[in-house]
Amino acid sequence: MNVDALQGTVQAAQDSSVDPLISSITVFVLAIVVGYHVVWNVTPALHTPLMSVTNAISSIVIVGALLAAGPVEMNLATVLGLIAVGLASVNIFGGFMVTHRMLSMFKKRK
Amino acid sequence: MLSANMVELSYLVASVLIIFALKGLANPESARRGNAFGMLGMGIATLVTLQLDSVQNYAWILAAIGVGGLIGGVVARKVPMTHMPQTVAFMHSLVGLAAVLIAVSACYDPVAYGIANAEGGLYTASRIELFLGTFIGAITFTASLVAFGKLHGLLSGQPLVFPGQHMVNLALGVVMIAAGVMFCVTGAWVPFLVMLAVALVLGVLLIVPIGGADMPVIVSMLNSYSGWAAAGIGFTLGNNMLIVAGALVGSSGAILSYIMCKAMNRSLFNVLLGGFGGDAGAGAASGEVIARPVKSGAAEDAAFMIANARSVVIIPGYGLAVARAQHVLKEMVDVLIKQGVDVKFAIHPVAGRMPGHMNVLLAEADVPYDIVFEMDEINSELSDTDVALIIGANDVVNPAAKTDPASPIYGMPIIEASKARHVIVVKRSLAAGYAGLDNDLFYMDQTMMLFADAKKACESVLKSLD
Repeated sequence: MNVDALQGTVQAAQDSSVDPLISSITVFVLAIVVGYHVVWNVTPALHTPLMSVTNAISSIVIVGALLAAGPVEMNLATVLGLIAVGLASVNIFGGFMVTHRMLSMFKKRK
Repeated sequence: MLSANMVELSYLVASVLIIFALKGLANPESARRGNAFGMLGMGIATLVTLQLDSVQNYAWILAAIGVGGLIGGVVARKVPMTHMPQTVAFMHSLVGLAAVLIAVSACYDPVAYGIANAEGGLYTASRIELFLGTFIGAITFTASLVAFGKLHGLLSGQPLVFPGQHMVNLALGVVMIAAGVMFCVTGAWVPFLVMLAVALVLGVLLIVPIGGADMPVIVSMLNSYSGWAAAGIGFTLGNNMLIVAGALVGSSGAILSYIMCKAMNRSLFNVLLGGFGGDAGAGAASGEVIARPVKSGAAEDAAFMIANARSVVIIPGYGLAVARAQHVLKEMVDVLIKQGVDVKFAIHPVAGRMPGHMNVLLAEADVPYDIVFEMDEINSELSDTDVALIIGANDVVNPAAKTDPASPIYGMPIIEASKARHVIVVKRSLAAGYAGLDNDLFYMDQTMMLFADAKKACESVLKSLD
Protein backbone atom coordinates (compact mmCIF):
# COMPACT_ATOMS: atom_id res chain seq x y z
CA MET A 1 0.00 0.00 0.00
CA ASN A 2 1.49 3.36 -0.89
CA VAL A 3 1.65 6.35 1.43
CA ASP A 4 -1.17 8.25 -0.26
CA ALA A 5 -3.54 5.35 0.10
CA LEU A 6 -2.57 4.96 3.76
CA GLN A 7 -3.24 8.63 4.45
CA GLY A 8 -6.56 8.28 2.70
CA THR A 9 -7.49 5.38 4.96
CA VAL A 10 -6.51 7.30 8.11
CA GLN A 11 -8.56 10.28 6.94
CA ALA A 12 -11.57 8.06 6.32
CA ALA A 13 -11.19 6.49 9.75
CA GLN A 14 -11.14 9.93 11.38
CA ASP A 15 -14.20 11.07 9.50
CA SER A 16 -16.12 8.03 10.63
CA SER A 17 -14.94 8.22 14.27
CA VAL A 18 -17.86 7.76 16.65
CA ASP A 19 -19.14 10.45 18.98
CA PRO A 20 -18.53 9.35 22.61
CA LEU A 21 -22.24 9.95 23.22
CA ILE A 22 -23.03 7.05 20.88
CA SER A 23 -20.87 4.62 22.83
CA SER A 24 -22.52 5.87 26.05
CA ILE A 25 -25.93 5.18 24.53
CA THR A 26 -24.71 1.72 23.46
CA VAL A 27 -23.64 0.91 27.02
CA PHE A 28 -26.91 2.36 28.38
CA VAL A 29 -29.15 0.26 26.13
CA LEU A 30 -27.17 -2.94 26.71
CA ALA A 31 -27.30 -2.36 30.48
CA ILE A 32 -31.09 -1.96 30.33
CA VAL A 33 -31.34 -5.29 28.50
CA VAL A 34 -29.11 -6.96 31.10
CA GLY A 35 -31.11 -5.34 33.91
CA TYR A 36 -34.39 -6.50 32.41
CA HIS A 37 -33.25 -10.13 32.33
CA VAL A 38 -31.53 -10.12 35.70
CA VAL A 39 -34.41 -8.45 37.53
CA TRP A 40 -37.12 -10.75 36.13
CA ASN A 41 -35.09 -13.60 37.63
CA VAL A 42 -35.21 -12.08 41.12
CA THR A 43 -37.55 -14.12 43.31
CA PRO A 44 -40.60 -12.04 44.39
CA ALA A 45 -39.82 -12.93 48.01
CA LEU A 46 -36.71 -10.75 47.75
CA HIS A 47 -38.26 -7.70 46.12
CA THR A 48 -37.79 -5.55 49.23
CA PRO A 49 -34.05 -6.37 49.50
CA LEU A 50 -33.90 -5.74 45.74
CA MET A 51 -35.18 -2.21 46.31
CA SER A 52 -32.84 -1.48 49.18
CA VAL A 53 -29.81 -2.80 47.31
CA THR A 54 -30.69 -0.88 44.14
CA ASN A 55 -30.92 2.14 46.40
CA ALA A 56 -27.34 1.60 47.46
CA ILE A 57 -26.32 0.93 43.86
CA SER A 58 -27.84 4.14 42.52
CA SER A 59 -25.63 5.95 45.04
CA ILE A 60 -22.81 5.14 42.62
CA VAL A 61 -23.32 8.85 41.85
CA ILE A 62 -20.75 9.22 44.65
CA VAL A 63 -18.20 8.97 41.81
CA GLY A 64 -19.52 12.24 40.38
CA ALA A 65 -19.72 13.77 43.84
CA LEU A 66 -16.08 12.88 44.53
CA LEU A 67 -14.99 14.58 41.32
CA ALA A 68 -16.90 17.70 42.36
CA ALA A 69 -15.45 17.63 45.87
CA GLY A 70 -11.96 16.85 44.56
CA PRO A 71 -10.20 20.24 44.19
CA VAL A 72 -8.43 21.46 47.34
CA GLU A 73 -9.52 25.08 46.99
CA MET A 74 -13.07 25.31 48.21
CA ASN A 75 -15.79 27.04 46.24
CA LEU A 76 -19.52 26.50 45.75
CA ALA A 77 -18.88 23.52 43.45
CA THR A 78 -16.66 21.75 46.00
CA VAL A 79 -19.06 22.35 48.89
CA LEU A 80 -22.02 21.00 46.89
CA GLY A 81 -19.85 18.05 45.93
CA LEU A 82 -19.00 17.35 49.58
CA ILE A 83 -22.67 17.44 50.59
CA ALA A 84 -23.43 15.02 47.74
CA VAL A 85 -20.62 12.74 48.96
CA GLY A 86 -22.23 12.70 52.41
CA LEU A 87 -25.74 12.01 51.07
CA ALA A 88 -24.51 9.22 48.81
CA SER A 89 -22.56 7.70 51.73
CA VAL A 90 -25.74 7.56 53.85
CA ASN A 91 -27.32 5.50 51.08
CA ILE A 92 -24.34 3.29 50.34
CA PHE A 93 -23.78 2.27 53.94
CA GLY A 94 -27.48 2.31 54.86
CA GLY A 95 -28.57 0.48 51.69
CA PHE A 96 -26.06 -2.35 51.78
CA MET A 97 -26.30 -2.81 55.55
CA VAL A 98 -30.08 -2.92 55.71
CA THR A 99 -30.08 -5.34 52.75
CA HIS A 100 -27.62 -7.54 54.61
CA ARG A 101 -29.80 -7.36 57.72
CA MET A 102 -32.89 -8.43 55.78
CA LEU A 103 -31.14 -11.20 53.87
CA SER A 104 -29.78 -12.73 57.04
CA MET A 105 -33.39 -13.12 58.26
CA PHE A 106 -34.30 -15.44 55.40
CA LYS A 107 -33.72 -18.96 56.72
CA LYS A 108 -34.65 -22.41 55.52
CA ARG A 109 -36.69 -24.90 57.53
CA LYS A 110 -34.51 -26.61 60.11
CA MET B 1 -1.77 6.55 40.31
CA LEU B 2 -3.54 4.24 37.91
CA SER B 3 -3.43 4.95 34.19
CA ALA B 4 -6.64 6.09 32.51
CA ASN B 5 -7.06 2.64 30.97
CA MET B 6 -6.64 0.94 34.34
CA VAL B 7 -9.26 3.26 35.83
CA GLU B 8 -11.72 2.34 33.06
CA LEU B 9 -11.01 -1.38 33.52
CA SER B 10 -11.51 -1.11 37.29
CA TYR B 11 -14.85 0.60 36.66
CA LEU B 12 -15.72 -2.30 34.34
CA VAL B 13 -14.96 -4.79 37.14
CA ALA B 14 -17.15 -2.75 39.50
CA SER B 15 -20.00 -2.74 36.94
CA VAL B 16 -19.84 -6.53 36.60
CA LEU B 17 -19.82 -6.96 40.38
CA ILE B 18 -22.94 -4.78 40.60
CA ILE B 19 -24.70 -6.95 38.02
CA PHE B 20 -23.77 -10.00 40.12
CA ALA B 21 -25.28 -8.30 43.17
CA LEU B 22 -28.67 -8.21 41.45
CA LYS B 23 -28.24 -11.66 39.92
CA GLY B 24 -27.65 -13.11 43.40
CA LEU B 25 -31.17 -12.12 44.44
CA ALA B 26 -32.58 -14.95 42.31
CA ASN B 27 -32.74 -16.98 45.52
CA PRO B 28 -32.11 -16.35 49.23
CA GLU B 29 -29.08 -18.67 49.29
CA SER B 30 -27.05 -16.69 46.76
CA ALA B 31 -28.42 -13.30 47.79
CA ARG B 32 -25.99 -12.71 50.66
CA ARG B 33 -23.01 -13.43 48.44
CA GLY B 34 -24.56 -11.13 45.83
CA ASN B 35 -24.80 -8.34 48.39
CA ALA B 36 -21.10 -8.83 49.19
CA PHE B 37 -20.31 -8.51 45.47
CA GLY B 38 -22.27 -5.26 45.42
CA MET B 39 -20.32 -3.85 48.35
CA LEU B 40 -17.04 -4.90 46.73
CA GLY B 41 -18.04 -3.23 43.46
CA MET B 42 -19.01 -0.03 45.23
CA GLY B 43 -15.74 -0.11 47.21
CA ILE B 44 -13.64 -0.52 44.07
CA ALA B 45 -15.50 2.30 42.30
CA THR B 46 -14.99 4.67 45.24
CA LEU B 47 -11.33 3.85 45.83
CA VAL B 48 -10.44 4.14 42.15
CA THR B 49 -12.11 7.55 42.00
CA LEU B 50 -10.39 8.69 45.21
CA GLN B 51 -6.93 7.99 43.75
CA LEU B 52 -7.54 10.15 40.65
CA ASP B 53 -5.16 13.10 40.33
CA SER B 54 -8.03 15.59 40.34
CA VAL B 55 -9.30 14.34 43.72
CA GLN B 56 -7.09 15.83 46.44
CA ASN B 57 -9.43 17.19 49.09
CA TYR B 58 -9.05 14.06 51.24
CA ALA B 59 -9.71 15.42 54.73
CA TRP B 60 -13.09 16.88 53.83
CA ILE B 61 -14.08 13.95 51.63
CA LEU B 62 -13.30 11.37 54.30
CA ALA B 63 -15.20 13.46 56.84
CA ALA B 64 -18.25 13.55 54.53
CA ILE B 65 -18.06 9.78 53.93
CA GLY B 66 -17.61 9.20 57.67
CA VAL B 67 -20.61 11.29 58.72
CA GLY B 68 -22.82 9.91 55.95
CA GLY B 69 -21.71 6.35 56.58
CA LEU B 70 -22.37 6.65 60.29
CA ILE B 71 -25.90 7.98 59.76
CA GLY B 72 -26.59 5.28 57.16
CA GLY B 73 -25.23 2.56 59.42
CA VAL B 74 -27.33 3.63 62.40
CA VAL B 75 -30.48 3.86 60.28
CA ALA B 76 -29.79 0.41 58.79
CA ARG B 77 -29.42 -1.15 62.23
CA LYS B 78 -32.30 0.57 63.98
CA VAL B 79 -35.08 0.81 61.43
CA PRO B 80 -38.01 -1.56 62.14
CA MET B 81 -38.90 -3.79 59.20
CA THR B 82 -42.43 -2.38 59.11
CA HIS B 83 -40.80 1.00 58.29
CA MET B 84 -38.90 -0.24 55.25
CA PRO B 85 -41.16 1.47 52.69
CA GLN B 86 -40.58 4.96 54.10
CA THR B 87 -36.89 4.23 54.66
CA VAL B 88 -36.50 3.28 51.02
CA ALA B 89 -38.49 6.35 49.95
CA PHE B 90 -36.24 8.55 52.09
CA MET B 91 -33.13 7.02 50.55
CA HIS B 92 -34.49 7.65 47.06
CA SER B 93 -34.82 11.31 47.94
CA LEU B 94 -31.15 11.39 48.97
CA VAL B 95 -30.08 9.96 45.60
CA GLY B 96 -32.22 12.56 43.86
CA LEU B 97 -30.77 15.41 45.91
CA ALA B 98 -27.21 14.15 45.41
CA ALA B 99 -27.79 14.02 41.64
CA VAL B 100 -29.11 17.62 41.68
CA LEU B 101 -26.15 18.86 43.72
CA ILE B 102 -23.67 17.17 41.38
CA ALA B 103 -25.40 18.68 38.37
CA VAL B 104 -25.40 22.20 39.87
CA SER B 105 -21.75 21.75 40.79
CA ALA B 106 -20.93 20.64 37.24
CA CYS B 107 -22.66 23.73 35.81
CA TYR B 108 -20.78 25.96 38.22
CA ASP B 109 -17.36 24.48 37.60
CA PRO B 110 -17.27 22.31 34.44
CA VAL B 111 -13.46 22.30 34.45
CA ALA B 112 -13.34 20.07 37.54
CA TYR B 113 -15.32 17.44 35.64
CA GLY B 114 -13.26 17.70 32.47
CA ILE B 115 -16.38 18.57 30.49
CA ALA B 116 -15.51 22.20 29.71
CA ASN B 117 -14.96 23.48 26.18
CA ALA B 118 -12.09 25.80 25.22
CA GLU B 119 -13.76 28.84 26.85
CA GLY B 120 -14.42 27.00 30.12
CA GLY B 121 -18.14 26.71 29.36
CA LEU B 122 -20.23 23.60 28.82
CA TYR B 123 -20.61 21.71 25.54
CA THR B 124 -24.14 21.60 24.21
CA ALA B 125 -24.23 17.79 24.63
CA SER B 126 -23.22 18.17 28.30
CA ARG B 127 -25.95 20.78 28.79
CA ILE B 128 -28.60 18.41 27.47
CA GLU B 129 -27.34 15.65 29.76
CA LEU B 130 -27.25 18.00 32.74
CA PHE B 131 -30.78 19.17 31.98
CA LEU B 132 -32.06 15.57 31.96
CA GLY B 133 -30.08 14.55 35.05
CA THR B 134 -31.15 17.62 37.01
CA PHE B 135 -34.87 17.49 36.40
CA ILE B 136 -35.11 13.73 36.98
CA GLY B 137 -33.04 14.12 40.15
CA ALA B 138 -35.13 17.07 41.37
CA ILE B 139 -38.46 15.30 40.79
CA THR B 140 -37.09 12.17 42.50
CA PHE B 141 -35.99 14.28 45.47
CA THR B 142 -39.25 16.10 46.29
CA ALA B 143 -41.56 13.27 45.15
CA SER B 144 -39.72 10.81 47.42
CA LEU B 145 -39.93 13.23 50.33
CA VAL B 146 -43.72 13.46 49.92
CA ALA B 147 -43.94 9.67 49.57
CA PHE B 148 -41.86 9.36 52.75
CA GLY B 149 -44.20 11.77 54.57
CA LYS B 150 -47.28 9.83 53.47
CA LEU B 151 -45.81 6.44 54.35
CA HIS B 152 -44.51 7.61 57.71
CA GLY B 153 -47.83 9.22 58.61
CA LEU B 154 -46.42 12.76 58.68
CA LEU B 155 -48.74 13.65 55.81
CA SER B 156 -52.26 12.36 55.27
CA GLY B 157 -52.47 9.25 53.11
CA GLN B 158 -55.61 10.69 51.53
CA PRO B 159 -55.16 11.74 47.93
CA LEU B 160 -55.12 15.52 47.54
CA VAL B 161 -57.03 16.47 44.42
CA PHE B 162 -58.05 19.91 43.26
CA PRO B 163 -59.75 21.12 40.11
CA GLY B 164 -57.44 21.72 37.18
CA GLN B 165 -54.69 19.68 38.83
CA HIS B 166 -53.62 17.94 35.65
CA MET B 167 -53.63 21.22 33.71
CA VAL B 168 -51.40 22.85 36.35
CA ASN B 169 -48.98 19.91 36.18
CA LEU B 170 -49.00 20.01 32.40
CA ALA B 171 -48.33 23.77 32.36
CA LEU B 172 -45.48 23.38 34.84
CA GLY B 173 -44.06 20.54 32.76
CA VAL B 174 -44.10 22.77 29.68
CA VAL B 175 -42.40 25.62 31.58
CA MET B 176 -39.77 23.21 32.88
CA ILE B 177 -38.98 21.82 29.44
CA ALA B 178 -38.94 25.31 27.88
CA ALA B 179 -36.50 26.54 30.52
CA GLY B 180 -34.43 23.40 30.02
CA VAL B 181 -34.25 23.93 26.28
CA MET B 182 -33.23 27.57 26.86
CA PHE B 183 -30.46 26.35 29.13
CA CYS B 184 -29.30 23.85 26.52
CA VAL B 185 -29.11 26.61 23.90
CA THR B 186 -27.63 29.45 25.98
CA GLY B 187 -25.94 27.69 28.89
CA ALA B 188 -27.14 30.54 31.16
CA TRP B 189 -27.84 30.16 34.87
CA VAL B 190 -31.32 31.70 35.01
CA PRO B 191 -33.12 29.12 32.85
CA PHE B 192 -31.22 26.35 34.65
CA LEU B 193 -32.43 27.54 38.05
CA VAL B 194 -36.00 28.08 36.77
CA MET B 195 -35.98 24.54 35.40
CA LEU B 196 -34.65 23.20 38.71
CA ALA B 197 -37.23 25.10 40.81
CA VAL B 198 -40.15 24.00 38.62
CA ALA B 199 -38.95 20.38 38.72
CA LEU B 200 -38.83 20.50 42.53
CA VAL B 201 -42.42 21.80 42.68
CA LEU B 202 -43.57 19.30 40.08
CA GLY B 203 -42.18 16.43 42.17
CA VAL B 204 -44.50 17.42 45.03
CA LEU B 205 -47.55 17.98 42.82
CA LEU B 206 -47.16 14.64 41.06
CA ILE B 207 -47.36 12.66 44.31
CA VAL B 208 -50.00 14.54 46.37
CA PRO B 209 -52.99 13.15 44.41
CA ILE B 210 -51.87 9.56 44.95
CA GLY B 211 -53.52 7.67 47.81
CA GLY B 212 -51.64 5.80 50.50
CA ALA B 213 -52.74 2.44 49.14
CA ASP B 214 -51.00 3.08 45.82
CA MET B 215 -47.69 3.81 47.50
CA PRO B 216 -46.13 0.41 46.58
CA VAL B 217 -46.31 1.45 42.94
CA ILE B 218 -44.98 4.92 43.68
CA VAL B 219 -42.04 3.69 45.76
CA SER B 220 -41.11 1.30 42.94
CA MET B 221 -41.44 4.08 40.39
CA LEU B 222 -39.23 6.43 42.40
CA ASN B 223 -36.73 3.58 42.67
CA SER B 224 -36.68 3.60 38.91
CA TYR B 225 -36.32 7.41 38.73
CA SER B 226 -33.35 7.38 41.10
CA GLY B 227 -31.65 4.97 38.70
CA TRP B 228 -32.33 7.16 35.66
CA ALA B 229 -30.99 10.17 37.58
CA ALA B 230 -27.75 8.26 38.25
CA ALA B 231 -27.54 7.27 34.58
CA GLY B 232 -28.04 10.93 33.65
CA ILE B 233 -25.03 11.92 35.76
CA GLY B 234 -23.15 9.06 34.08
CA PHE B 235 -23.88 10.57 30.66
CA THR B 236 -22.66 13.98 31.84
CA LEU B 237 -19.40 12.56 33.10
CA GLY B 238 -19.04 10.10 30.22
CA ASN B 239 -18.70 7.40 32.86
CA ASN B 240 -19.89 3.97 31.70
CA MET B 241 -20.07 2.50 35.19
CA LEU B 242 -22.58 5.13 36.30
CA ILE B 243 -24.58 4.53 33.15
CA VAL B 244 -24.62 0.75 33.76
CA ALA B 245 -25.54 1.05 37.45
CA GLY B 246 -28.20 3.67 36.72
CA ALA B 247 -29.73 1.63 33.90
CA LEU B 248 -29.86 -1.50 36.09
CA VAL B 249 -31.62 0.37 38.90
CA GLY B 250 -33.88 2.14 36.43
CA SER B 251 -35.05 -1.08 34.80
CA SER B 252 -35.38 -2.80 38.17
CA GLY B 253 -37.73 -0.10 39.47
CA ALA B 254 -39.70 -0.10 36.23
CA ILE B 255 -40.23 -3.87 36.41
CA LEU B 256 -41.32 -3.65 40.05
CA SER B 257 -43.82 -0.89 39.21
CA TYR B 258 -45.19 -3.07 36.42
CA ILE B 259 -45.52 -6.08 38.75
CA MET B 260 -47.31 -3.98 41.38
CA CYS B 261 -49.70 -2.45 38.85
CA LYS B 262 -50.50 -5.89 37.48
CA ALA B 263 -51.15 -7.23 40.97
CA MET B 264 -53.70 -4.44 41.51
CA ASN B 265 -55.07 -4.68 37.97
CA ARG B 266 -54.39 -0.98 37.41
CA SER B 267 -52.45 0.76 34.70
CA LEU B 268 -49.49 2.91 35.69
CA PHE B 269 -51.25 5.83 34.02
CA ASN B 270 -54.32 5.26 36.17
CA VAL B 271 -52.20 5.20 39.36
CA LEU B 272 -50.35 8.37 38.38
CA LEU B 273 -53.56 10.28 37.67
CA GLY B 274 -54.35 9.55 41.29
CA GLY B 275 -57.40 10.06 43.45
CA PHE B 276 -57.84 6.32 44.06
CA GLY B 277 -58.20 4.84 47.52
CA GLY B 278 -59.90 7.87 49.02
CA ASP B 279 -63.44 8.54 50.14
CA ALA B 280 -64.99 8.15 46.71
CA GLY B 281 -64.61 4.38 46.60
CA ALA B 282 -65.77 3.81 50.16
CA GLY B 283 -68.81 6.07 49.75
CA ALA B 284 -70.00 4.33 46.61
CA ALA B 285 -69.70 0.90 48.10
CA SER B 286 -71.22 1.56 51.50
CA GLY B 287 -74.64 2.06 49.91
CA GLU B 288 -74.61 -1.45 48.51
CA VAL B 289 -73.69 -3.29 51.66
CA ILE B 290 -76.64 -5.34 52.81
CA ALA B 291 -76.64 -7.01 56.20
CA ARG B 292 -76.12 -10.68 55.43
CA PRO B 293 -75.81 -13.55 57.87
CA VAL B 294 -72.28 -14.62 58.72
CA LYS B 295 -71.05 -17.57 60.71
CA SER B 296 -68.77 -16.48 63.46
CA GLY B 297 -66.84 -18.63 65.87
CA ALA B 298 -64.52 -18.47 68.83
CA ALA B 299 -60.78 -18.99 68.86
CA GLU B 300 -61.32 -22.50 70.29
CA ASP B 301 -63.38 -23.46 67.23
CA ALA B 302 -60.67 -22.16 64.94
CA ALA B 303 -58.00 -24.03 66.89
CA PHE B 304 -60.02 -27.25 66.65
CA MET B 305 -60.42 -26.85 62.90
CA ILE B 306 -56.79 -26.19 62.10
CA ALA B 307 -55.43 -28.79 64.54
CA ASN B 308 -57.53 -31.46 62.82
CA ALA B 309 -56.69 -30.31 59.32
CA ARG B 310 -54.24 -32.09 57.07
CA SER B 311 -53.20 -28.92 55.30
CA VAL B 312 -53.49 -25.25 56.24
CA VAL B 313 -52.69 -22.26 54.05
CA ILE B 314 -52.22 -18.99 55.90
CA ILE B 315 -52.95 -15.84 53.90
CA PRO B 316 -51.55 -12.80 55.72
CA GLY B 317 -52.29 -9.18 54.88
CA TYR B 318 -50.84 -5.95 56.18
CA GLY B 319 -53.33 -6.06 59.08
CA LEU B 320 -51.12 -8.81 60.50
CA ALA B 321 -48.14 -6.47 60.65
CA VAL B 322 -50.23 -3.57 61.99
CA ALA B 323 -51.33 -5.80 64.88
CA ARG B 324 -47.71 -7.00 65.34
CA ALA B 325 -48.98 -10.56 65.28
CA GLN B 326 -46.19 -12.16 63.18
CA HIS B 327 -44.29 -13.63 66.12
CA VAL B 328 -47.32 -15.19 67.82
CA LEU B 329 -48.43 -16.53 64.46
CA LYS B 330 -45.02 -18.13 64.01
CA GLU B 331 -45.32 -19.84 67.42
CA MET B 332 -48.73 -21.11 66.40
CA VAL B 333 -47.30 -22.43 63.13
CA ASP B 334 -44.51 -24.23 65.03
CA VAL B 335 -47.07 -26.03 67.21
CA LEU B 336 -49.11 -27.03 64.16
CA ILE B 337 -46.07 -28.34 62.29
CA LYS B 338 -45.07 -30.34 65.34
CA GLN B 339 -48.58 -31.86 65.35
CA GLY B 340 -48.07 -32.95 61.76
CA VAL B 341 -50.16 -30.32 59.98
CA ASP B 342 -48.87 -29.21 56.58
CA VAL B 343 -48.68 -25.41 56.95
CA LYS B 344 -47.94 -23.02 54.11
CA PHE B 345 -48.10 -19.27 53.70
CA ALA B 346 -49.57 -17.60 50.61
CA ILE B 347 -48.41 -14.09 49.76
CA HIS B 348 -50.19 -11.72 47.41
CA PRO B 349 -47.80 -9.28 45.69
CA VAL B 350 -49.55 -6.30 47.33
CA ALA B 351 -49.86 -7.91 50.77
CA GLY B 352 -47.40 -5.42 52.27
CA ARG B 353 -46.65 -1.75 51.74
CA MET B 354 -43.94 -2.35 49.16
CA PRO B 355 -42.96 -5.21 46.86
CA GLY B 356 -41.92 -8.26 48.89
CA HIS B 357 -42.62 -6.50 52.19
CA MET B 358 -44.70 -9.33 53.71
CA ASN B 359 -41.93 -11.85 52.96
CA VAL B 360 -39.47 -9.75 54.95
CA LEU B 361 -41.91 -9.35 57.85
CA LEU B 362 -42.43 -13.13 57.98
CA ALA B 363 -38.69 -13.79 57.67
CA GLU B 364 -38.13 -11.40 60.58
CA ALA B 365 -40.51 -13.54 62.65
CA ASP B 366 -38.34 -16.58 61.75
CA VAL B 367 -40.85 -18.13 59.37
CA PRO B 368 -38.68 -20.29 57.08
CA TYR B 369 -38.85 -19.02 53.51
CA ASP B 370 -39.46 -22.46 52.02
CA ILE B 371 -42.98 -22.61 53.48
CA VAL B 372 -43.80 -19.17 52.07
CA PHE B 373 -45.30 -19.24 48.56
CA GLU B 374 -46.29 -16.66 45.98
CA MET B 375 -49.88 -16.33 44.78
CA ASP B 376 -49.24 -18.12 41.48
CA GLU B 377 -47.50 -21.03 43.18
CA ILE B 378 -50.24 -21.66 45.73
CA ASN B 379 -53.49 -21.08 43.85
CA SER B 380 -53.52 -24.54 42.24
CA GLU B 381 -53.10 -26.14 45.67
CA LEU B 382 -55.94 -24.33 47.41
CA SER B 383 -58.69 -26.67 46.16
CA ASP B 384 -56.86 -29.46 47.97
CA THR B 385 -56.44 -27.47 51.17
CA ASP B 386 -58.45 -28.18 54.32
CA VAL B 387 -58.29 -24.74 55.91
CA ALA B 388 -57.43 -21.34 54.49
CA LEU B 389 -56.63 -19.01 57.38
CA ILE B 390 -56.89 -15.36 56.40
CA ILE B 391 -55.34 -12.86 58.78
CA GLY B 392 -55.54 -9.14 58.11
CA ALA B 393 -56.18 -9.54 54.38
CA ASN B 394 -59.36 -8.62 52.53
CA ASP B 395 -59.37 -7.44 48.93
CA VAL B 396 -56.66 -9.91 47.86
CA VAL B 397 -59.02 -12.84 48.62
CA ASN B 398 -62.24 -11.22 47.35
CA PRO B 399 -63.84 -13.64 44.87
CA ALA B 400 -65.64 -10.72 43.20
CA ALA B 401 -62.35 -10.04 41.40
CA LYS B 402 -62.98 -13.24 39.43
CA THR B 403 -66.77 -13.51 39.31
CA ASP B 404 -68.31 -10.03 39.29
CA PRO B 405 -67.55 -7.95 36.18
CA ALA B 406 -69.23 -4.95 37.85
CA SER B 407 -66.76 -4.94 40.73
CA PRO B 408 -64.09 -2.23 40.70
CA ILE B 409 -61.47 -4.87 41.41
CA TYR B 410 -62.70 -7.23 38.66
CA GLY B 411 -59.70 -8.73 36.90
CA MET B 412 -57.33 -8.28 39.81
CA PRO B 413 -55.45 -11.52 40.49
CA ILE B 414 -56.44 -12.96 43.88
CA ILE B 415 -55.48 -15.80 46.18
CA GLU B 416 -58.38 -18.19 45.66
CA ALA B 417 -59.13 -18.88 49.32
CA SER B 418 -62.77 -19.71 48.54
CA LYS B 419 -61.61 -22.97 46.94
CA ALA B 420 -60.44 -24.35 50.28
CA ARG B 421 -62.73 -26.74 52.18
CA HIS B 422 -62.92 -24.40 55.16
CA VAL B 423 -62.07 -20.74 55.43
CA ILE B 424 -61.31 -18.91 58.67
CA VAL B 425 -61.15 -15.13 58.48
CA VAL B 426 -59.56 -13.26 61.36
CA LYS B 427 -60.84 -9.69 61.22
CA ARG B 428 -61.86 -7.08 63.73
CA SER B 429 -65.18 -6.30 62.05
CA LEU B 430 -66.95 -6.60 58.74
CA ALA B 431 -65.54 -3.24 57.62
CA ALA B 432 -64.54 -2.95 53.99
CA GLY B 433 -60.95 -3.12 52.76
CA TYR B 434 -59.09 -0.24 51.14
CA ALA B 435 -60.99 -0.66 47.89
CA GLY B 436 -64.15 -0.05 49.96
CA LEU B 437 -65.78 -3.31 48.88
CA ASP B 438 -67.82 -5.91 50.62
CA ASN B 439 -66.30 -9.39 50.42
CA ASP B 440 -68.52 -12.34 49.42
CA LEU B 441 -66.02 -14.73 50.94
CA PHE B 442 -67.16 -13.69 54.43
CA TYR B 443 -70.70 -14.94 53.77
CA MET B 444 -69.91 -18.29 52.17
CA ASP B 445 -71.01 -21.56 53.73
CA GLN B 446 -67.53 -22.83 54.42
CA THR B 447 -66.41 -19.57 56.01
CA MET B 448 -66.10 -18.91 59.73
CA MET B 449 -65.39 -15.37 60.92
CA LEU B 450 -63.19 -14.93 63.95
CA PHE B 451 -63.87 -11.36 65.06
CA ALA B 452 -60.75 -10.27 66.93
CA ASP B 453 -57.54 -8.32 66.71
CA ALA B 454 -55.02 -10.44 64.79
CA LYS B 455 -52.56 -10.71 67.67
CA LYS B 456 -55.19 -11.59 70.29
CA ALA B 457 -56.74 -14.13 67.92
CA CYS B 458 -53.39 -15.85 67.34
CA GLU B 459 -52.67 -15.86 71.06
CA SER B 460 -56.05 -17.44 71.87
CA VAL B 461 -55.72 -20.03 69.13
CA LEU B 462 -52.23 -20.86 70.36
CA LYS B 463 -53.54 -21.30 73.89
CA SER B 464 -56.30 -23.62 72.70
CA LEU B 465 -53.83 -25.70 70.69
CA ASP B 466 -51.71 -26.60 73.70
